[in-house]
Amino acid sequence: MMEGFQTINSKAIPLLLINVDTDAIIPSREMKRVSKRGLSEGLFAGWRYKSNDSRELEPDFILNDPEYNGAKILLGGDNFGCGSSREHAVWALHEYGIRVIIAPSFGAIFYKNCIRNGILPILLSDQNIEPLSGKELKINLENQLINDDISFEIAPADKEMLLDGLDDIELNLKHVDDIRSFENNDRVKRPWAYL
Amino acid sequence: MSEKTLFDKLWNSHTVADLGDGVALLYIDRIFLHERTGSISLIGLEDEGRAVANPEKVFCTMDHIIDTVPGRSDTTTMEGGREFIEMTRQATAQAGIRLFDIGDQRQGIVHVTSPEQGIVLPGLTLVCPDSHTCTQGAFGALAWGIGSTEAEQALATNVLRVEKPKNMRVTFDGELSAGVTAKDMILHLISAYSTSGAVGYAVEFAGTAVSILSMESRMTLCNMAVEFGAFTGMIAVDEKTVDYVEGRPFTPQGALWDQAVKDWEDLKSDSGAKFDKEIVVDASKINPTVSWGTSPGQSIAIGETIPSPESFTERNQNIATKNAQKYMAVTPGTRLNDLKIDAAFIGSCTNSRLTDLRRVAKILQGRKVAKGIRAICVPGSTKVKQDAEAEGLDQIFKDAGFEWRESGCSMCFFAGGESFGFEERVISSTNRNFEGRQGPKTRTHIASPETVAASAIAGHICAAADLEEV
Repeated sequence: MMEGFQTINSKAIPLLLINVDTDAIIPSREMKRVSKRGLSEGLFAGWRYKSNDSRELEPDFILNDPEYNGAKILLGGDNFGCGSSREHAVWALHEYGIRVIIAPSFGAIFYKNCIRNGILPILLSDQNIEPLSGKELKINLENQLINDDISFEIAPADKEMLLDGLDDIELNLKHVDDIRSFENNDRVKRPWAYL
Repeated sequence: MSEKTLFDKLWNSHTVADLGDGVALLYIDRIFLHERTGSISLIGLEDEGRAVANPEKVFCTMDHIIDTVPGRSDTTTMEGGREFIEMTRQATAQAGIRLFDIGDQRQGIVHVTSPEQGIVLPGLTLVCPDSHTCTQGAFGALAWGIGSTEAEQALATNVLRVEKPKNMRVTFDGELSAGVTAKDMILHLISAYSTSGAVGYAVEFAGTAVSILSMESRMTLCNMAVEFGAFTGMIAVDEKTVDYVEGRPFTPQGALWDQAVKDWEDLKSDSGAKFDKEIVVDASKINPTVSWGTSPGQSIAIGETIPSPESFTERNQNIATKNAQKYMAVTPGTRLNDLKIDAAFIGSCTNSRLTDLRRVAKILQGRKVAKGIRAICVPGSTKVKQDAEAEGLDQIFKDAGFEWRESGCSMCFFAGGESFGFEERVISSTNRNFEGRQGPKTRTHIASPETVAASAIAGHICAAADLEEV
């Protein structure tokens, strides 16, 4: 069960690159244990550190700019979070402190992983994202507004899940009768599909 | 409108409840797990005190983390790999889930072993916490990659809440030229329409050039639907599909088989069905294609030259091109043929099946890998490996100078164990050329297995047709 999503006030970190893949967000080599925790150190490891075997910070990488210490909003380019399904990318971002990602489009699995882990993915065009770079933003999910004037869209079910910190399994189990009756009919209709 | 797309049919037949706003509760027929992201789902469930609803429909394999060196054990070159392996073994045993463990003939990459064992079938829904699950859409199934939390949901409830994507059809008209493969088709498509070209769509691949492909090549095509940004890819069922599926270990038998085959006749888009987007590609214009950059969309035909950043007017594309060229150490105007390689890799859920290895063996027969090049072949499953060995393919690979490995995902990605070296240039039959994918600062060029083999022999990027006669 995630905590419900609260209004976020933070500076927006501009990482305005297209196709930022989940291998870049967390390289495979940083997923060392069977755990959802302890992953933030590996966040953007290939870009954030000077080399593979050191933790010396690469000063040119935007996350290492002291100006963005503690920032909770990340601005990205087209197809953000494409690639591998690894939920570790989202777990690492969340543990690092990111709560909102604004991009023109997202990798489909990454988008869903965000919703399920308390990160709000916001779709906005490139032209509208660029002016937000480095700005102090207020993100209100309830009203679907950035700084009280830029509105954004989100599927009602996704919004509800984020706001209430709901768990899919609980939601699905509300339909337990539908599931049962589907199965009963389906076993007759498609007996070959059942093992 | 009564005419339906294949995707609509699959969607409708699995809708348990319409939740409004385009979201449905979809019934899940098969769930596949692996030791990288599957173990964590099972442990997550256990922590919440929940059970797997129907363990008989859940399968698990070891592919992502296990070593592929001959004589492998639970100890891995990747630090901490043993924990993943042992926890997977323990969690699957506890939940009563079938595990294709090390030493089992059924062990292999999820998207190789699942079709091989008859676990994916036409008309089924199948999910796996692995983005390349779209591979299995080649069977007229609705198969897609999910996160680990979604996998917990499917395991516990047999359903997933899914927002319905739109319908896209990509038609490859005409005939492929000799030596052009499914891998070239998909790289060509993604380079023309971008890696986000299909975001928000379920994509059906159709047309004469698709129907002529073998099932294994259809899997290659669907494998990279995710690199096109798609929710998934799929192909209508035809005689080839049914022939492939028949008689496999988990395929229905007897009267159930007869009924299944009858039901599957409808698994195609009705003529006149409306798609939200249609793309038509002239297959005869496709040439052997290789990536030059750090995204699969940054691909060109082997004879073409690497584009200049200035040729992209859009600022983001221009920056991405510059960054990719710096990382890859390539310059605008260079022909791919002029790039010398350090290593060659044949494997992965894209191109590691028996027909892939047979085609490669034809190229390797009587030839040798160029001096100083490390060449590796990793069959997609233990069964593929054994079948290839029974045909003597392993000897051809070894005689040519290839390492012949145990099956797994292997060096498709660098998990902290084995890697191609720093700034090494690798030609690879895999699906991703991201920065650092195959190792820190490793430079990956993705291509068909034929192109990988030919390049290994030539010592530089090379199409099979351009090799000197033996």
